[in-house]
Amino acid sequence: MSLLILILPLLGALLIMLGAPARKTALFVAVAALLSTLVAFSQFRGNGGFEFVSTYSIAPDLHLSFTLGLDGLSLLLVLLATIVTVAAVWFAGPIERNERAFYICLLLISAGTIGAFASLDLFFFYAFHELALIPTFLLIGIWGSGNRSAAAWKITIYLGLGSFILLIGLIMLYQSLPVDSRTFDMREIRNLAAQISPEAQRRIFLVLLIGFGSLISLFPFHSWAPEAYASAPAPAAMLHAGVLKKFGLYGLLRLALPVLPAGLQYWTNLLVILLLGNIIYIGLVTITQKRLDWMLGYSSVMHMGYIFLGIATASVLGTTGAAALMFAHGLSIALLFAIAGEVRKRTGTLIFEDLGGLAKVMPVAGLAFGFGAFAAIGLPGLANFAAEIMVFFGSVQKGWETGRFHLFQWATVLALWGVVISSVYMLRAYRSSFMGTMPERWKDVVDLRRSLRVPLVLLISTLLWFGFFPQTLIRVISPAFRTTLAVPPAP
Amino acid sequence: MIPPVAIEIAVLVLGLVVLMFETFAQQLDKRVVGLVTIVGLIAIFAATFFLAPPPAAMTGPLWNFYAADTIGLVFKRFMIITTIFVLLMMADYAPSVRALVGGATSESGLGEFFTLPIFTCAGLMYLVSAIDLVMIFVSLELVTISFYVLISLTRRNPITLEAGVKYLVLSAMSTGFIVYGITWIFGVTGQTNLQRIATALAASSADQSAALFGVLLVIVGLGFKIAAVPFQIWVPDVYQGAPTPVTAFLSVGSKAAGFVVLLRILQPFLVLPNIGRLLIFIALLTLIYGNLAALPQTNFKRLLGYSSIAHAGYLLVGVACFDGPAVTFYLFAYLLMTLLSFAVLVIVAQQTGERIEDFDGLAERSPFLAFAMLMAMASLAGVPLTAGFFGKFLIFMAAIAQRQTALIVAGAIGVACGFYYYLKIVRAMYWQPAANAERIPVSGLSRLAMTILIIGIVWLGVYPSTVLNALKSKDRPVMLSAGEQTLNR
Repeated sequence: MSLLILILPLLGALLIMLGAPARKTALFVAVAALLSTLVAFSQFRGNGGFEFVSTYSIAPDLHLSFTLGLDGLSLLLVLLATIVTVAAVWFAGPIERNERAFYICLLLISAGTIGAFASLDLFFFYAFHELALIPTFLLIGIWGSGNRSAAAWKITIYLGLGSFILLIGLIMLYQSLPVDSRTFDMREIRNLAAQISPEAQRRIFLVLLIGFGSLISLFPFHSWAPEAYASAPAPAAMLHAGVLKKFGLYGLLRLALPVLPAGLQYWTNLLVILLLGNIIYIGLVTITQKRLDWMLGYSSVMHMGYIFLGIATASVLGTTGAAALMFAHGLSIALLFAIAGEVRKRTGTLIFEDLGGLAKVMPVAGLAFGFGAFAAIGLPGLANFAAEIMVFFGSVQKGWETGRFHLFQWATVLALWGVVISSVYMLRAYRSSFMGTMPERWKDVVDLRRSLRVPLVLLISTLLWFGFFPQTLIRVISPAFRTTLAVPPAP
Repeated sequence: MIPPVAIEIAVLVLGLVVLMFETFAQQLDKRVVGLVTIVGLIAIFAATFFLAPPPAAMTGPLWNFYAADTIGLVFKRFMIITTIFVLLMMADYAPSVRALVGGATSESGLGEFFTLPIFTCAGLMYLVSAIDLVMIFVSLELVTISFYVLISLTRRNPITLEAGVKYLVLSAMSTGFIVYGITWIFGVTGQTNLQRIATALAASSADQSAALFGVLLVIVGLGFKIAAVPFQIWVPDVYQGAPTPVTAFLSVGSKAAGFVVLLRILQPFLVLPNIGRLLIFIALLTLIYGNLAALPQTNFKRLLGYSSIAHAGYLLVGVACFDGPAVTFYLFAYLLMTLLSFAVLVIVAQQTGERIEDFDGLAERSPFLAFAMLMAMASLAGVPLTAGFFGKFLIFMAAIAQRQTALIVAGAIGVACGFYYYLKIVRAMYWQPAANAERIPVSGLSRLAMTILIIGIVWLGVYPSTVLNALKSKDRPVMLSAGEQTLNR
């Protein structure tokens, strides 16, 4: 099943390359992948282990194999990837220049993310993420807007270097295992975790934190993100900000937390300070933005801070919240980028001063943007609220357990102020683009075409469903963390 | 069953037969000669899979200077594959040769153009099997002399002449260094066979500093062949000036043979102090120089020249960490991606030019060529699921195992630079508008060759065991395992 979900977008890309009609094929494989993920979701037993496992040996000498499998965490992220892929492909619309290549790139990014989340093997976990690198470069460079050339270079070199550092961290992890039991299998690495010395854990954790951190846009490795998302065509921004960026967070949850507990403990204070940089500093930077696309780019950097806070707690509650927030944030930011892209298509500008009152001519887009903005702020009833509240509770609990006035409590208080910051910029953006008086020149702007309501309903209803019934989400995730965060078996 | 020695002899005989045939067939389109050669080489390649195992004792006059071991066999196949692809490129390049040789008839020069690579190939094959310093020197000369002619063949082009002279002078000088080094080594140990040198050096009476000086001179000489800094000065000019298929041959065949010889020669000298540190220093310089100097290039052939220096840097990291299998895998990956990029270059350069802006809009003019180049560049930059990535992966795995922090940091800088200068080509092909929309024709044979190379790149990127298993030897331990022990001590 996991193999099928991964193969579908790759197959779609291959068919388009061989001459199948681009948009229809892409949409078909995206929907088929979503449906098969839903089937997997319904068959998922959720007892904390990996299901749908399939293995193919690649290099037996290195204990390297191509292994796919899903537990609660990865299943959720694969679901996110397939939902956002459907939305991104649907929103792509007619492409004037080289349509085939555009859809091939989108499907390759999608396949890369699905493969990274579903791989149980360190090598392919890394390799699939990198598969998205060149398609992203092409998407921004060919079909981007604004300062696309600079943005494409920046994201590619930044992420190329970041992932190389990550690769070094992963090899260090591999080589810290005892010589005769070295393996790339994440499950076995977890079982061997107790044999990695604390010093090695500290060293590896720092390298992994820098590597993953630059992929997630952890402060101060964030400067590629806003520019790239602002210049990228909407579907690319949706997939990248919504799904691909979650790879680094997933890596921390999957590897750093269960395998390197001593490393996390040693670097917790550093991590908390950096994530406050994301929440407070980037939050304030976001407020000053004068363009909708840059504002959304910065806001997605800022929200990574909350997810980091959940991860830093290393408790079941906090990490479950972090995983739920990854899912919710992915949906809401994809929704926002999709609407921003549609606005740009119609008006040709995203500068706040030029926009205004667009809800009059684009009521559906206005409503959808409202949902996205409220979800991003964390309004109750939408999935982000349930997730953020878990992160905050987890963080306070962690602070309480370690000491009365621990850093975590301060961080929680500041992060709660971050919610205020995000409501300031989101509501300001909403007001200045969709509310207020409309400049005369936008009176002929048309609303979204009817068929685009399908992906909008898909995104919004998922946000609402998990907002009202968060337990459906938590039931899937938290068993995974109960097993991964349990004390590893003694050698 | 075929005796192992017969392979090189077969290649030489093929070369002589083709040369005779070509001399008496004046009216022929000389590309036929190339095709006949390719067929012959494919047959020889197939024959390498039916070799008789070498005699167990390996004593006697032949086995003193010639080793029929796994590494030699693997690299002989490597050289045959390279020559086949170079000949295919030469067939595409024939119009330029006709224009630039300027002989009596329109076909003059083409015969030599198609037959000399066979002799080069034989030299390269002897080189990877040589275990005696004299044998190494003689086969190196066979390779170099045929390259002298090949590089300056298109003599009406002044840049080519310049390249030919530069290669001649510097190559002769590097050979001088090697011979001088060999005499010093012979003076210290009284031996030219590498194994006996190892025994002689292990004895406490050996003069270690004199031996170190000798091997240093040999490293200088080989440094010219593999384009290691600071012996790389000839590379950009010669790469740019030589006929493109010859550049490809120089960049793949000559470099691979240089690395095999380097690995073989270094093995006995690992007992000497400071050799490891010296290699790390050279690797560091080569990595940083190659990558940084490639950044501002605007001519694609020059860029590939600097990129070949950069890759020599990655390979030297593998040598400095004494990981033979990693170096071998990297060389195979390098073969695929370099030949692919040169194959595209040969076709595009004859339509437009060799500068990077001549690739503008290639995606519209020929989607196939653009895709082939995209794969080559992705692999050279080291994007996962390509052969190039797995090569870097193995090399850096060795570097991390040995805690070579400086090499890893230099490697990180190199990888970041690589993304920039390789993707510059991708940008030209896909973002920039084409100067004219005329389609570029690709012959069926070249299309087939490029498809094979693309499949090879993806195949080795996903399933590297193909090469790694071939290295597992039944007869002798994989090379430099002794070196590993020395370094870990």
